[in-house]
Amino acid sequence: MNRLASRLPAIVEQHQKEILAEWLSNQMTSGTWRSGRIPEAQLRDESQRFLSLLAQASQQSIEFDTRSTQWAEIREFLTDLSRSRATQGFTPTQVATFVFSLKQPLFKRATESLQSDPAALANTLWDATILLDALGLHTTEIYQQLREQLIARQQEELIELSTPVVQLWDGILALPLIGTLDSERTQVVMESLLERLVATGSSIAVIDITGVPTVDTLVAQHLLKTVAAAQLMGADCIISGIRPQIAQTIVHLGIDLSAVATKASLADAFALALKRRGLTVGRAATLGG
Amino acid sequence: MDRIPILKFENFLLVSIQVDMHDQLALTLQDDLTQKIVATRARAVLIDISALEMVDSFMGRMLGNIASMSRILDAQTVVVGMRPAVAITLVELGLSLPGIRTALNVDAGLALLRAAVERPDERVDGE
Repeated sequence: MNRLASRLPAIVEQHQKEILAEWLSNQMTSGTWRSGRIPEAQLRDESQRFLSLLAQASQQSIEFDTRSTQWAEIREFLTDLSRSRATQGFTPTQVATFVFSLKQPLFKRATESLQSDPAALANTLWDATILLDALGLHTTEIYQQLREQLIARQQEELIELSTPVVQLWDGILALPLIGTLDSERTQVVMESLLERLVATGSSIAVIDITGVPTVDTLVAQHLLKTVAAAQLMGADCIISGIRPQIAQTIVHLGIDLSAVATKASLADAFALALKRRGLTVGRAATLGG
Repeated sequence: MDRIPILKFENFLLVSIQVDMHDQLALTLQDDLTQKIVATRARAVLIDISALEMVDSFMGRMLGNIASMSRILDAQTVVVGMRPAVAITLVELGLSLPGIRTALNVDAGLALLRAAVERPDERVDGE
């Protein structure tokens, strides 16, 4: 790559002040930056920092591979920038425009300094384009990564939120399931239920599926797996909250739930659990008397 | 040589498996256990596997064999303390440990065995 392209670092270095001034005024007048979310001083700081880092990095090498180490500092700077911009509610276009808007002043200077040498000018412009495009895309990539992290975190939280294991009585646990059961959720549900069984020494677990919208063969299989795992550990399961349509669906699909005790409501399941534990609940004999 | 200790408690035998099983160890355990059942006239065997992080098909079969052998010698068997991760793995592998009674912990296991010994004609758990 060591060809006439090396003019780019020199241009950036020599005209740093003019480029910065022009770049800043461009950014201020463009609609994106008039939203007032970023104070002028901060924008000036950031632009200056970016430009000096760019000059520094391109001085060290004219190898325009933005993955190599001399670009690490500028990549880091852009990572921080897109992170702070993203939390302030900027769109990825607005963040990337920060980098892309440098092209205009840069190209202008290059054209002025290399008027006499069209070949060098073309090369310089080409290199500047590649470099700034790569850096601009980097900001977009970071922005996207942040979004993905956010989504992943929310998914995790959702999974944790929706699988509480509650203790109904000494030795009786309940697991009210809400939402569709997929493989991943079943795994979490199974683990948390089994762990609570051990922690509380409970021998009966009531799995309530009132909040599960549909039961297909897969969901039934997941339920049966949970029941089998609990049985292996020495605990019994009762499935409750089976709605009329779900009962019909289960029969139509030919799912065999005969190995598990099933009840229509959580109250019935609780009564059965108490009975199995040898407990009875009755009205106090001397109520009000 | 490695050997798994068998403790006598009232008329129960207690076994705690804490190391990974291999063929020789399993044979020794079966040998020791059957002899001990006969010698002490124990009515029940409690096997604790709470220290095991992995139970494979070999271990499952061995536990099943021990249960069958004990039953022939008129002793009930219960396996206690299976870890959640182990139970999940077994279910995923499709191993349901048929013929083996399980309980959550030693307390629950002893209660189950006591009930089984007192009422030998009834099967306490649906086997």
